[in-house]
Amino acid sequence: MPKVYENVGCPYCGCSCDDVRVTVSDDGKKVLEVENVCAIGTEIFKHGSSEHRIRLPRLRQPDGSTKDISYEEAIEWTAQRLYKAKKPLMYGFGSTNCEGQAAAARVMESAGGCLDNCATICHGPSFLAIFDNGYPTCTLGEVKNRADVIVYWGSNPAHAHPRHMSRYSIFPRGFFTGKGQKKRTVIVIDPRYTDTANVADIHVRVKQGHDYELFDAFRMVMHGHGDDLPDVVADVPKEQILQVAEIMSKARFGTVFYGMGLTHSDGRNHNIDIAISLMRDMNKVTKWTIMAMRGHYNIAGPGVVWSWTFGFPYCLDLTKKNYAHMNPGETSSVDMAMRDEVDMFINIGTDAGAHFPIPAVQHLKKHPWVTIDPSVCMASEIADLHIPVCICGVDTGGIVYRMDNVPIQFRQVLDPQGLLTDEELLNKIADRVDELNAKGA
Amino acid sequence: MSELIIKNGYVFDPISGVKGDKADIAIKDGKIVEKVSSKAKSIDASGKTVMAGGVDIHTHVVGPKVNLGREMRPEDKLFRGEYRGGIVKQGYRMEMGFSIPTTWKTGYAYSRMGYTYVNEAAMPPLMAPHVHEEIRDTPILDISAMPVFGNNWFCFEYLKNKEIENNAAYIAWLLKATYGVGLKIVNPGGTEAWAWGENCNTIHDPVPYFDITPAEIITGLIETNEYLGLPHSIHLHGNNLGNPGNYTDTLDTLKLAEGYKAKNKFGRTQVLHNTHLQFHSYKGDSWATFGSAAKEVMDYVNKTENITIDLGCVTLDETTTMTADGPFEHHLMELNHRKWANCDVELETGSGIVPFVYDKDVAVIGIQWAVGLEIGLYAKDMMRTFLTTDHPNGGPFSRYPRVIKWLMSKKARDATLDSMKRKDKVIAATDLASMDRELNLYDIAMMTRAGPAKALGMSNMFGSLAPGADGNVSIYDLDAKKLPTDPELIEKAFSNTAYTIKEGVVIVQNGEIVAEPKGYTIWTKVNMPENAQVMRDIKEKFTKSYTVNYENYAVFDDHVYNPRPLEVDVA
Repeated sequence: MPKVYENVGCPYCGCSCDDVRVTVSDDGKKVLEVENVCAIGTEIFKHGSSEHRIRLPRLRQPDGSTKDISYEEAIEWTAQRLYKAKKPLMYGFGSTNCEGQAAAARVMESAGGCLDNCATICHGPSFLAIFDNGYPTCTLGEVKNRADVIVYWGSNPAHAHPRHMSRYSIFPRGFFTGKGQKKRTVIVIDPRYTDTANVADIHVRVKQGHDYELFDAFRMVMHGHGDDLPDVVADVPKEQILQVAEIMSKARFGTVFYGMGLTHSDGRNHNIDIAISLMRDMNKVTKWTIMAMRGHYNIAGPGVVWSWTFGFPYCLDLTKKNYAHMNPGETSSVDMAMRDEVDMFINIGTDAGAHFPIPAVQHLKKHPWVTIDPSVCMASEIADLHIPVCICGVDTGGIVYRMDNVPIQFRQVLDPQGLLTDEELLNKIADRVDELNAKGA
Repeated sequence: MSELIIKNGYVFDPISGVKGDKADIAIKDGKIVEKVSSKAKSIDASGKTVMAGGVDIHTHVVGPKVNLGREMRPEDKLFRGEYRGGIVKQGYRMEMGFSIPTTWKTGYAYSRMGYTYVNEAAMPPLMAPHVHEEIRDTPILDISAMPVFGNNWFCFEYLKNKEIENNAAYIAWLLKATYGVGLKIVNPGGTEAWAWGENCNTIHDPVPYFDITPAEIITGLIETNEYLGLPHSIHLHGNNLGNPGNYTDTLDTLKLAEGYKAKNKFGRTQVLHNTHLQFHSYKGDSWATFGSAAKEVMDYVNKTENITIDLGCVTLDETTTMTADGPFEHHLMELNHRKWANCDVELETGSGIVPFVYDKDVAVIGIQWAVGLEIGLYAKDMMRTFLTTDHPNGGPFSRYPRVIKWLMSKKARDATLDSMKRKDKVIAATDLASMDRELNLYDIAMMTRAGPAKALGMSNMFGSLAPGADGNVSIYDLDAKKLPTDPELIEKAFSNTAYTIKEGVVIVQNGEIVAEPKGYTIWTKVNMPENAQVMRDIKEKFTKSYTVNYENYAVFDDHVYNPRPLEVDVA
């Protein structure tokens, strides 16, 4: 009899949907059907029982081929190199549960290395702005139950977060929003006419790279200087700026969802900084909140876990051993790699091979490179050692943090068939590094 | 069979009424016992002060808002004090942060001060798995967490209809779902109003839409708490915190408890615990006329047996304020214009965070400092008056030894007062300069151990050296018969114990961490028949309003670490 699992969490995007229904074969080894989930999420569950999955660590041989080795050998290989390295870096965690992220913190503290997550190439500018200006936010249920004005700025959920609009923002009928979309005003601010802009009431076509100016214009209106606006700001006519500012200040409850369009266009952290300042202005007259559209289902996790562990969310330098240090630009992964400071690299739950600049990858590749990931990806194919692990949400459960930092408890649906979880693997590596440290001391 | 005997110390144990007499304390298999065999390991405590392990009734150390505070304040990590680079780490993990330390530092730092059990004062139920993850990563300490109920939609609806039994069934279910210990209330109604940018400033301001008042929420929750007979009473942060003239609202709030009697099997006698009273005891009608109302408020508290309070002292540091009182933090940001975080939580609560510098040269801040100490000095029953700083709101918990110094020494208070630029204004607006009272070690033992443990309904486990209690003991390098004339030495002694013992294991010796056993997660398990109506209401709210599924909301058992339930049976 196939077994049906309900209320399963989806390990794809920052929506971290927890209403998936997965039907699994009698032996617990094959996913037969996936319901409630978007097309991308479906593929992740299907991949869980793909016959192409790697089930043993693979060590690169001198001739370039790979050889299957045991987990014990892989742990020893990794621990020895971590112990010898002066500045090892572990980077990734887009697809790792919090238990794994906590174990990773233990590994790198024992090894005296650097620890970083995908925010460093994604929402890192949001962290910089939060350090300077705070973060007036809310949980997604507040948006669902209360929001009558929604702004998507530099984000395109129709493609990147497929169920965001239907579960949380535009379409759901919440407690105070019983009419759903009919009573909500949706504003999309984007240089492109995206599929999200297609469902908006107002599309503000900001000039690419000029978001800061547009924020500034809105702030001028909020501070009573709307009349002084030039006729056009960032390609947006004054009338439209005044119109949108009017809608926003008349909202009962509004939310701005922003994405890479702000964090990775000109202005970067300054865009987020002024967005937060605009929220402060808005909260003098009504209620507004802001939220980063975090990309992966638990990429909020490492920031949360490492803040309680070390006090910093990313770009951690633990090489001083007695205390942690964070200074993005100095201790951020790409910058360290570009300066060729890293002498061992562990890629975990992401694909630095695909995402990092080529010169950074070339530098990292000079030194031992371990990839810990359930899948074959560019980072696994150029690694000296590829260690496969369970897929969180498929072969193992665990806690993950949704984009609004709400913890979601994921479930296991497949038999891991001998695969270790990230947590188990990393704790074994940490135990071994501790042993080596004790011997060396 | 591990045995330990602590010999010849000056023992202060209000639970058994021992007031500084020389006595031996025996521990066997983690519990205090009458006597141990001659093979027991022995610690010589002669010339030292011996108390039970400290109990913190109100602190913010684990959970989402504490952690957002850590995340948004990298600069807090620059205040490393003596743990700055160059100092070798003591425990297995590094220690970071000052006002909002990491979980590891929290565990180590409390242990060094002789505390072994702390109560996290605000857990948003939706975020309970996060709280338990941080408890897992906090070494040594026993920890409990109180879910917040003062802005919860279920409670609003049940209490508006006076359905105490249904409210009780919901609360019993939620305590299990979150592994929570008791009922926290923060700005009742006001945080829900804040979801629309508004607030409830008095206990009679109606909550928007829900048409219930803070007064009805508070009395309804007192009735629910006593119906269930929970170990702790309601734990209240009232309306209108932090504003000039708010003491009248505070008295109105405290009077709501009149006529209620504690009903429980845990030895608790109060029905209402008013936390961080300092922030609720101000006179004046503006910041210019701001002054202390500690006397007025404490006159009422002293004569009202069914109330307990904690101080919420200001320690004159740079800190990070954080509370589920969302509108208050917005208001504070409008005053100091620093960075501001806010997080409204669906159907349940909200929160805000603002960094704050308690600059002793600002008159209002000097007055706040004085108010906190006056509350301690006006108190007549130290078993109902507990030492806190509302960590990290009035200052970090690592300043408790300094607060103890101020409470025990007029000389120390005068020295601080003398160093204030607006000294004259502070003296004019408060009574502190004319107060000669100096608390003694027995008072301190009541305020930091026996009292809070009793108010939490746990004095058979914690805050006690009576046989049967957990073997948690702190030994301070302080000769009770010859207290130092230099008050700095009092602060020093309370900062680092000679020994801290947790369940019979020495965890701190001469101020250094030497062992780090795992603590317990303390929670309240209410055994009562399932209420079909309430379960239907809960499932309906999950279907319609929450964004997390009902089946994923309750903390999974394997995400709770070392749980230790306090059981309550309700017929």
